[in-house]
Amino acid sequence: MTTSEAGAPPVLDVRGLSVRFRMRGGRYIRAVTDARFSLAAGERLALVGESGCGKSVLASALLGLLPENAETAGSAVLSDETDLLAADERTLARAIRGRKVGLVPQSPAAHLTPVRTVSSQLEETVRELLRTPRSSLRAAAEEAAERAAFPVDHLDRHPHELSGGLAQRAATALALIGDAPLLLADEPTTGLDRDLVERTVDELARHTGASRALLMITHDLAAAERIADRIAVMYAGRIVEIADAEDFFGTRGPRHPYARGLLDALPERNFIPIPGTPPELGALPEGCAYAERCPRASSECGAQPVLVGGVACHHSEAGVGAAGAEGGAAGADGGVAEADGGAAGAAVGAAESREPREPREPMESMEAGHA
Amino acid sequence: MLELDAITAGYERGKPVIAGISLTVQPGESVGLLGPSGCGKSTLARVAALLHRPDAGRVVIDGTEAGGWRHRAPRAQRTAFGVVFQQPRLSADPRLTLADLIAEPLRANGRSGEPADKVREFAARVGLTEDLLGRRPHEVSDGQLQRACVARALILRPRWLVCDEMTAMLDASTTAALVHAVESYRTETGAGLLAVGHDRVLLNRWCDRTVDWSTLAS
Repeated sequence: MTTSEAGAPPVLDVRGLSVRFRMRGGRYIRAVTDARFSLAAGERLALVGESGCGKSVLASALLGLLPENAETAGSAVLSDETDLLAADERTLARAIRGRKVGLVPQSPAAHLTPVRTVSSQLEETVRELLRTPRSSLRAAAEEAAERAAFPVDHLDRHPHELSGGLAQRAATALALIGDAPLLLADEPTTGLDRDLVERTVDELARHTGASRALLMITHDLAAAERIADRIAVMYAGRIVEIADAEDFFGTRGPRHPYARGLLDALPERNFIPIPGTPPELGALPEGCAYAERCPRASSECGAQPVLVGGVACHHSEAGVGAAGAEGGAAGADGGVAEADGGAAGAAVGAAESREPREPREPMESMEAGHA
Repeated sequence: MLELDAITAGYERGKPVIAGISLTVQPGESVGLLGPSGCGKSTLARVAALLHRPDAGRVVIDGTEAGGWRHRAPRAQRTAFGVVFQQPRLSADPRLTLADLIAEPLRANGRSGEPADKVREFAARVGLTEDLLGRRPHEVSDGQLQRACVARALILRPRWLVCDEMTAMLDASTTAALVHAVESYRTETGAGLLAVGHDRVLLNRWCDRTVDWSTLAS
């Protein structure tokens, strides 16, 4: 793994993360199954996939923001050994959110409190996270605003008085205050126009710098290509390919047929949609979830493919040269955990014994503090 | 022909969002309207679809001036337009199943006698499978719901389509699938299209010609 080569523990190490939702009538929605990846300081990973593939559930799991009917398995370990999945709400609220993991939200206009000015929200977060004395709050808020290139003369405005781009910067400023080593951006560019998309992701890349890690969840491949070092492709709750961005978008191209299809659908490429629609997360097939849409599907696809060499497919495109060492390691793990298709269910089953979590308080309450 | 002639429109008295904008779409033509967010292109699209009354200017549809706006528009003109918005969640009644959602324009026009087959036909056009038709919006993904919204826009066989950021929320494959659904409908019926968006690459690929908002506004 890139991270172990560097010697330092990864900023985030996700091992066999699964999330399923218990529904009425004993049905289960398997939103995330056996996700494995790690993120080193300075690394930018884009998790791409279509709406409903489970990528936002993964983000919620990392922040402990899943609803009550969610059951999790696996672990997501920070560099200080904190397991985000095992942490209780008190730990999450007081030590994790904002401090260890900064969230850049999907819709800044909805994330910001509409009845309070940007300055008051920044000051509150500064007070809570940094324990800044009252007298220097304003100065600290201005400093926080400047870090995210939010204009100081707009600090006394309310969220509805901001343009989409400025609201995004205000939300980014909030996410950066705690100096968290992991930035989690959940669809940070939805609904923004192209210039603003580019500016927003460039800023995220800048804030990541060499000391932080960025996990950007997006359906926007152009945004991912612009800033990511690595791309993870999610389909029907599973990471089906994880590759260096350069290879993925470059001449080698993606190796999983779904990822190929996704790139091929871009208007700057062939603009050909993938036939069919993704399967229901509540009724996933035993084998490869992509098989029914896949031009390469064969009888082998009745068995769940394991992520080997960065790709989970029985018929993946042979990569140029050896597959990434990173994927190889993950694949080996996957092989053990998942000797056959049924083992994934067992992995989730193990989590059932875990106490159901307390209902989560919204992110804002962390910022508001418990004083 | 769809003619927008010197349109001035806004939401507050004396504060027009757009002023004196003119744009023409020929029958069967597809025009992409490209502009940054907040420029007023969605307002123009709403005016074009007879959903927002302009403060000044005329909308002429196939030679006849628009006779009203929203529910006051004459039925023949109102039903000449199919409209798709950016956010399917905000444009779908959460109480309706997808089948009812797609059939809604038929029902609203006193044609509920004909749905069953027609709904299935249009659902198939946009790639919705039968098992999804009994679901309600909260039980489907954004992409699936937007597919239903496109089927709803097509079911009355409109002569004009207005797509306002139809694919901004969607992944690449669903985007391509919906654009292809719209284009196959247009090939078959000769309907004209006004597609509003901010993705230059997409609109250039999709439309016969792309108009920059800045050239209209000057």
